Amino acid sequence: MASVSSQTQIREEVAGWNPGQIWQPPTRAQRWYDNAFRRLCFIFAVFTILLIAWLVLEIAFRAMPAFRQYGLNFIYSTTWDPNKAQYGILPEIWGTLYTSLLALVVGSAFGVAAAIFLSEGYLGEIVFKGLKTVKLQHHPIWGKLPERFELLLKNLIELLAAVPSVVYGLWGLFVIIPMIRPACNWLHEQFGWFPLFSTTLSGPGVLPAVFVLSIMILPTITAISRDALVSVPPKLRMAAYGLGATRWETILGVLLPTASRGIFGGIVLGFGRALGETMALAMLVGNANRLTVSLFSPANTLAALLANSFPEAGAKDIPVLMYAALVLLAITLVVNIVGALVLERAAGKAEAK
Amino acid sequence: MKIKYLARILGAFALLTLTACGEKGESVKLQGAGASFPAPLYLKWFKSYSASKPNVQVDYQSVGSGSGVKSFMDRTVDFAASDAAMKPEDMAKVTGGVQLLPMTAGSIVLAHSLKDVPSLKLSREAYVGIFSGKITKWTDPAIASANPDAKLPDAPINVIVRADSSGTTFVFTKHLSAVNKDFAKDIGVNNMPNWPVGTRSKGNEGITASLLTTPGSIGYIEYGYAQSQKLPIAVLQNKAGNYVAPTTASATAALASGEMPADLIAWVSDPEGKDAYPIVTYTWMLFYKKYDNKAKAKALRELINYGLTDGQKESEGLGYVPLPPEVVTKVKAAAETIS
Amino acid sequence: MSKDRISSKQELIPAQNDPVPNPFEGVDFAELELSLYRPRTLITIILSSLVTCMTFLALIPLFAVLWMLIWRGGQKLSLALFTQLPPAPLEQGGGFGNAIVGTLIMVGLAALITVPLGVLAGVYLAEAKGSQLAEVVRFAAKVLTGFPSILAGVFAYGAVVLATGGYSAIAGAIALSILMLPTIILTSESAVAMVPAKMKEASIGLGATGAQTVWMVLLPTAMPGILTGVMLAVARAAGETAPLLFTALFSNYWLASSGRVDFMQPTASLAVLIYNFSGMPFANQVELAWAAALVLVLLVLIFNLIGQSFSQPQIQQ
Repeated sequence: MASVSSQTQIREEVAGWNPGQIWQPPTRAQRWYDNAFRRLCFIFAVFTILLIAWLVLEIAFRAMPAFRQYGLNFIYSTTWDPNKAQYGILPEIWGTLYTSLLALVVGSAFGVAAAIFLSEGYLGEIVFKGLKTVKLQHHPIWGKLPERFELLLKNLIELLAAVPSVVYGLWGLFVIIPMIRPACNWLHEQFGWFPLFSTTLSGPGVLPAVFVLSIMILPTITAISRDALVSVPPKLRMAAYGLGATRWETILGVLLPTASRGIFGGIVLGFGRALGETMALAMLVGNANRLTVSLFSPANTLAALLANSFPEAGAKDIPVLMYAALVLLAITLVVNIVGALVLERAAGKAEAK
Repeated sequence: MKIKYLARILGAFALLTLTACGEKGESVKLQGAGASFPAPLYLKWFKSYSASKPNVQVDYQSVGSGSGVKSFMDRTVDFAASDAAMKPEDMAKVTGGVQLLPMTAGSIVLAHSLKDVPSLKLSREAYVGIFSGKITKWTDPAIASANPDAKLPDAPINVIVRADSSGTTFVFTKHLSAVNKDFAKDIGVNNMPNWPVGTRSKGNEGITASLLTTPGSIGYIEYGYAQSQKLPIAVLQNKAGNYVAPTTASATAALASGEMPADLIAWVSDPEGKDAYPIVTYTWMLFYKKYDNKAKAKALRELINYGLTDGQKESEGLGYVPLPPEVVTKVKAAAETIS
Repeated sequence: MSKDRISSKQELIPAQNDPVPNPFEGVDFAELELSLYRPRTLITIILSSLVTCMTFLALIPLFAVLWMLIWRGGQKLSLALFTQLPPAPLEQGGGFGNAIVGTLIMVGLAALITVPLGVLAGVYLAEAKGSQLAEVVRFAAKVLTGFPSILAGVFAYGAVVLATGGYSAIAGAIALSILMLPTIILTSESAVAMVPAKMKEASIGLGATGAQTVWMVLLPTAMPGILTGVMLAVARAAGETAPLLFTALFSNYWLASSGRVDFMQPTASLAVLIYNFSGMPFANQVELAWAAALVLVLLVLIFNLIGQSFSQPQIQQ
């Protein structure tokens, strides 16, 4: 046991800025460092909340002049005429909600179907049956194929989310619009009385935008729904099979209801994503400030309005655009908060089980 | 552990040296933004100019006249370009003064996508009606009467207008307002009017792209765009009643009917001559009268000189109209005031 | 069937003449088979095939997009793309070297801002798990993941461009970092939380301070998960256009001139190039847009794959 004085000597020699040394009680420098580090982590964490507050405040602050000038009339009126200083974003709000809802319907139908496909392991079964016919199902390498294929499928669907939005817009412009134009114009000629088909598809419009938008939100919905379906306790599934239910009777009667909170949360988050989507819509929705129900007519969304108007906005127009941005922020924040809350309740429920 | 520490220090040092070295050589970077109307010509000028003078870089973004003027007033660019010149109240807002110089001229054509009717004739009533939304089908009598032999499709007219704040739109609406009083009252002269019809596209480039991909459409673009993409162009009826196609000769005749005043802002909204093409305009570059960076001012003067001499030779090939010589002398004189 | 009293061992062995009792007596096998004539099985088969079709239909766009990219973009792929500047209208040739450099620089700057911020915030969340503040911060991060990218651009415009008086790469980087931050926070939190508790306890037991535990034990162990999160965030940021539209604008020149890199000027980026060129009538520009889209998707894919490769070892742990 070294004497006290030599211990102090060793401590002084080794101390200083040496965070790696732990075989002595922490020196003052190290305690200070630890304290400072903890404070830093805390500050960075709090920064996230402050960031959201700053985001909202900055946009609201810049929107103030327009809010004072136009009040709530801004949200109700339909004319967007910067020269006559008449601003109204009702067509854009409608366009945002309309395109997102339609995309949600299509996207969640396909998304939940893909989630069911993934969680049931259909692909693995098909590959397994294939391997059985060539008697390779127990092979050390080939036998792993069902798992690999399942993983591949899961990754492919996640890859849909990796494609940048502007590339989807490019593809939609040059591939989708020419492709659907003949069919849409035929529908218009035959069923023009039906409000959904009441105009011709001259180019960009609601339908191409909805098409691409649903592709973009599908991975979100699939991933979250799949997680929800997979986290249903196996005993529920086994119990249902034990009682004699067919595969789909268990899915529809047991699994979907149990996972419904999670699936709903995924759908709400997909909706939130659709609301905020900018680039693909700016290129595909046609940028026409009109209120329309027709699938083939051009329309406009809040995000696309912002993307197109911001670069040209003069000093007078910036507050107005910030006001529109504030409306978009409010809508997406509400939807995202609801979605996050629903998912948290669903996760909590699953953990409690 | 020590090696990582050393590596970090060396990396920081390298970064510092990288930022420090490079003071050698007076390199001038000029940033411009504005009209899409003359963009192909300007971009060609700037590239050839930068190629001949390696220490000068000129960057131009085609964002539309409105956006260019706004950036110019915010002082985020060194120069701007606009077909709508600049409003007097905006010019007053720029401290130190603004110098507008017309650098080239061009004609606005009504290009369309009716491949079967390459020389579509549009009377004054017809083309004003199309853009006011009053004439909606190609088979309308106003159009058919001027084109008795043409095979006009029984389809709606897809009008394509600008989505952004545009000098081209300003000149076009100025002309339409001069032709038709109702248009002047309802829609008026504007960079971004509230068009009653039409899908919107960004820039002259956007309208051209939409014309190429949308059947049965018509839109207003600068002649060079239509020429390069081989779009059929409508032959318009001028004030004298003749149907004139846009050519360098007809555009020059139209420009000649207007006087160039001392402030170098001239409009030819409805030219009188019997061979004049009805829709022509000058297009301006906007400069500050005083630059803090003298090297920039000098580079800009040389750039203007280039545009007025060698640049004019390239304009016709790209579909623009060379400036009349008397205008060139006036512009050269005014350019000297930039310091 | 069997006698109540077993009198001898002999009786335990069933007589050879007695038939083996049939447990399936009275059961009609036809009823149990997967028969098409039964509505329940019919529904099962129809729904299964429907779901299979829908899943593969959902995958068709992915392959269609990739195919178009490879076909139209691949035609123009050459080294010149990476070394030359964007062409003027009606000019042939040209490339988008400056756009690639611009994208990499802005994403790199954004990563420089968000990685320390996000990782340390994630560490805090993982360490102070139960506290009220941690719950709020986690919820805030989840809400931020769905934040529209255009609004990040609007915010950066107000906070940076208007304040500094011009478009710049820094403004673009700040807009991108708003989009990257929530992903990094959430993934580093889950990565650090997954470090086995015994490692952390062992380190504390040895007398390390909290900071030492984090630096020497938690972060190195959680590094694969953290890197996965960083790569995913980087992949997303590389593909974003809206935030850059009016923060970094665009430029037709290289970012560096005569040896100096200037971050305070408009910067080119791949995503904005695609957006700008896609609306142009000039065939050369449109082809370049496709080629740029191909390069961008490859870049994003590579980042995603790198990120996933980091996470593999962790799963096996």
